[in-house]
Amino acid sequence: MAMSYSDKVVDHYTNPRNVGTIENASGVGTVGNAVCGDIMRIYLDIDDETQVIKDAKFKTFGCGAAIATSSMATEMIIGKTVQEALQVTNKAVMEALDGLPKIKVHCSLLAEESIHAALWDYAEKHGIVIEGLEKPKEDVYEDASPEEIAAAEAAEARAMAEEEEKEDYGEYSIF
Amino acid sequence: MKTIYLDNAATTPCRPEVVEAMLPYFTEKFGNPSAIYNLGQVAQDAIQQARKDVAGVINAASPNEVFFTSGGSEADNWALKGVMDAYKGKKGKHLITTKIEHHAILHTAQFLEQQGFEVTYLDVDKYGLVSPEAFEAAIRPDTVMASIMFANNEIGTIEPIKELAAIAHAHKVIFHTDAVQAFCHEKIDVQELGIDLMSASGHKLYGPKGVGMLYVRRGVRISNLIHGGGQERGKRATTENTAGIVGFAKAAVLAEAEREEQHERQAAIRDHAIQRITTEIPHCFLNGHPTQRLANNINISFEFIEGEGMLLRLGAKGICASSGSACTSGSLDPSHVLLAIGLPHEKAHGSLRATLGRDTTLEDVDFMCDVLKDAIAGLREMSPLWEDFQAQGK
Repeated sequence: MAMSYSDKVVDHYTNPRNVGTIENASGVGTVGNAVCGDIMRIYLDIDDETQVIKDAKFKTFGCGAAIATSSMATEMIIGKTVQEALQVTNKAVMEALDGLPKIKVHCSLLAEESIHAALWDYAEKHGIVIEGLEKPKEDVYEDASPEEIAAAEAAEARAMAEEEEKEDYGEYSIF
Repeated sequence: MKTIYLDNAATTPCRPEVVEAMLPYFTEKFGNPSAIYNLGQVAQDAIQQARKDVAGVINAASPNEVFFTSGGSEADNWALKGVMDAYKGKKGKHLITTKIEHHAILHTAQFLEQQGFEVTYLDVDKYGLVSPEAFEAAIRPDTVMASIMFANNEIGTIEPIKELAAIAHAHKVIFHTDAVQAFCHEKIDVQELGIDLMSASGHKLYGPKGVGMLYVRRGVRISNLIHGGGQERGKRATTENTAGIVGFAKAAVLAEAEREEQHERQAAIRDHAIQRITTEIPHCFLNGHPTQRLANNINISFEFIEGEGMLLRLGAKGICASSGSACTSGSLDPSHVLLAIGLPHEKAHGSLRATLGRDTTLEDVDFMCDVLKDAIAGLREMSPLWEDFQAQGK
């Protein structure tokens, strides 16, 4: 797996930026699940007046791609306003890392979701509404039952198998 | 940067003596072993000598019981499909195996289930050992064969093969063992142990890739694998991989000759590394049996971290090892073996497998231990699970 990581991914898991925690953080978001092997937690320090993200830190349990996407995502949102940070999608994080192997795409989704979870926490603590921000689904990792996790994994495996099959055989009109 | 290769259960380098023995069969001794002229007979003789040599290593009653294959997975596939097919409609349709087999056995067993055969997958205990009592209880009147691995490829646990084979025979059940990890690493006398079929592979013992064998005791029926010419007594057609077969036999003879010495040497290094890691790194534990294990196998789970990140950090220092984490398997689940011995998913994700070889030194594993300490500490600093654990402690 490691062979197919881009130089930027390698750089970010070897020297991850913004590892750590923020005391009295404006918002904290944790997504993922230890059973699946990935958990991301993002801490945000937000200026209440300007809504600018002054600092972001992360802790991640996961593979090289999970560490790299956390590192890149925190880099990308520091200095941005809350509204701008919402535009940092998993696709943008992946592009900034020069792509991820297909099996690791879900890691970039976790990065996006953990930012959203931290922003949601910030909004709740301050009793404000952030336009365009929906309550993150996987905020609390303890809640998922083994059955739900198994179902999600099976769905992901099926989607991946289908995609591979498409690649292998293409569209052959005879059939 | 020096490469420290600690993944000898995955594959090993070819020994120079093995390469040297193989080379003539690519060039001047290239003849088709089925041809009757001298050039063909030279190749045929080399194959027959290789068969005798391998039969000698495992103490087979006759060289004719040794069938060369393209590797361990082919031997496993053939053993299960060939025997189940040969006895269907006669003895029955039931197969017994275990939950910790290599995928070459497990996926073949699942295929057989799709074909209408019935399979029992035995549980193992926390060390990965199969219970002889549970095995005996699983045997039915229509049980044709049992396939239980000699030693596990991930956690190194060695199964009580002699006892299990005796139980199988008491119930007229054919006994197969996947000995890919044990062949020439542990003493294997097929007659003394009561093994009916056994799979082995060349590249786990400093031989070439693409060659292995299936031992089939005389009298055991097995359907033909490849239909075609008369090679391998008509059971596996295809012009023989002469150079590969010669290399496989050479590697087996050399490995068997130094087996006891290497076993003792590697077991000492293994125990030193396990001792260092489990005392110097907190919150980790050994997977597999403490003593009934392969001399070259170290498998340790580190809590609060994920295996791929650890392998990448070891790799950055030139250390090659493997893990049971989902990320390194290319699938979404961690190792089925670690789950079968009762590990929860998060602890299976954090496992390290380091497998020693004939070139591994004490300095190599000491270096690994030093790097590992930093790697684990670094990953834990980054881990939200570690943060939560620390917070609970305070």
